[in-house]
Amino acid sequence: MAAQRIVVVGASMGGLRAAEQLRAAGWTGRITLFGAEAHPPYNRPPLSKEALAGTVDFPSLALRRRSSVSDVEWRLGTTVTAARLHDRTLELGTGEQVAFDGLVAATGVRPRRLPLPGPAAGRHTVRTIDDADGLRAALLRPGVRVAVVGAGFIGCEVAATAIGLGAAEVTVIDPEPLPMLRPLGRPLAEVLLERHRERGVRFALGRTVTAFQGTDRVTGIVLDDGTELPADVVVEAVGSLPNTEWLAGNGLDLSDGVRTDELLRAGSLPHAVAVGDVARFPNARYDGVPRRVEHWSIPGDSAKHAAAALTAHLMGAEPDRAPFAPLPAFWSDQHGFRIQSFGAPSLGMDDIRVLEGSADKDITVGYHTHDRLVGVVALGGPKAMAGAARHRAGLLAQPAAA
Amino acid sequence: MKVVVDMNKCQDHGQCVFSAPEVFQLDDSGHLVYTSDPDEALRDQVEDAADVCPLQAITIED
Ligand SMILES: Cc1cc2nc3c(=O)[nH]c(=O)nc-3n(C[C@H](O)[C@H](O)[C@H](O)COP(=O)(O)OP(=O)(O)OC[C@H]3O[C@@H](n4cnc5c(N)ncnc54)[C@H](O)[C@@H]3O)c2cc1C
Ligand code: SF4
Repeated sequence: MAAQRIVVVGASMGGLRAAEQLRAAGWTGRITLFGAEAHPPYNRPPLSKEALAGTVDFPSLALRRRSSVSDVEWRLGTTVTAARLHDRTLELGTGEQVAFDGLVAATGVRPRRLPLPGPAAGRHTVRTIDDADGLRAALLRPGVRVAVVGAGFIGCEVAATAIGLGAAEVTVIDPEPLPMLRPLGRPLAEVLLERHRERGVRFALGRTVTAFQGTDRVTGIVLDDGTELPADVVVEAVGSLPNTEWLAGNGLDLSDGVRTDELLRAGSLPHAVAVGDVARFPNARYDGVPRRVEHWSIPGDSAKHAAAALTAHLMGAEPDRAPFAPLPAFWSDQHGFRIQSFGAPSLGMDDIRVLEGSADKDITVGYHTHDRLVGVVALGGPKAMAGAARHRAGLLAQPAAA
Repeated sequence: MKVVVDMNKCQDHGQCVFSAPEVFQLDDSGHLVYTSDPDEALRDQVEDAADVCPLQAITIED
């Protein structure tokens, strides 16, 4: 029998961690990674923070690799255009066909764009090194006016970095009444808004963008109340779309990412798993509803679980049936303070309590359901982070009520 | 096993502490302190810690 091969589609954090965890699970066969980007796997969070600010350079973002993956094959700059899971064959952009025994889907997401016509020049998204490089150059032009569409974590971080770089005007536009309202809840989102305003970031909240202005390049945007906002740079930070087109035609549920079972198997096929941002998995810690989770901790956690299940199957062993139950963890850095979240604040939005500290400095907030803590978020410096860390163990120990 | 944390990169996230508490700790002011020559038996934990460092500041020199 020919040597068995696992193909990993997507060569970013999820793909790299999957390769490492396949080795850790005892897979000694071939591993080949395919990545559309030409860059070896790199760390994305600094793209809206330190790397955009210029305090670290792009080459330093390369992810550390375990020595166990020194023998895997890298096909960077190679797009996978289709996979036939039942025939176990991949099709590459080059027209080449590649046979496999097992497959890991790690193709992540791409930024959603505003569905509005307008010039391309001056409009940016932030997902790749190339995006961040282009945006940084645009932000460094003297007197630049910036409109950031979307007050989620990427929008808020880009706004903070832009002001820090000396942009003349930075305005964040969002249909919600507060920035990062959904992950933080009202009390902390109010604190966040205040902190941004103090540092000169403006907001147009409860507003949507209805048009771009400019012919060759963008000169401004129009809001739904008719306001015209001049802008040299528009950053679209309005969410993301999972990269699943290459998996079409296999009978999988691809309605929002690759729907998996509790072992991260795509459509319960034993030889295909999904990891990272692209995976829509049930979390046994909570209600078991399949969701995609775009947190940095998920590629690593899901890769561990998925690699164990896939390796067991290919080596003819029973997979460990323990369902995937990660503790969600998320951080964001803005203007020199940090937001750190553990657990599922979204399940406890009706009962939010300040656990420690106060809004003006370091604050730790707890989210409860039926009087039980289900999530914590800290905002501030090391003191607040230590507060959140103290509650993490408790959240990890007790499964939350749905 | 030799562990090196690039203190220019480290931002005291403390994620490493969750993975390998015997090797990495945060002191009273919230700054990272660590053991640079942990026991070989802790290798898996230290590899996990290096994986989860948001700044990828931890390297393991064999
Ligand atoms: C600017 C920014 C800031 C962030 N900040 C934070 C933060 O502060 N905290 C936090 O918790 N999380 C943060 N995140 C989220 C975190 O970075 C992601 O969760 C993580 O990168 C997901 O990794 P992944 O490998 O699943 O997907 P990705 O990193 O998206 O990788 C998928 C890879 O697959 C490739 N690919 C796609 N389709 C194909 C194909 N058909 N063939 C071959 N290759 C393909 C893509 O080119 C890409 O390289 C941030 C993300 C961004 C973009
Ligand atoms: S996880 Fe990384 S950044 Fe955080 S304390 Fe450890 S070494 Fe420093």
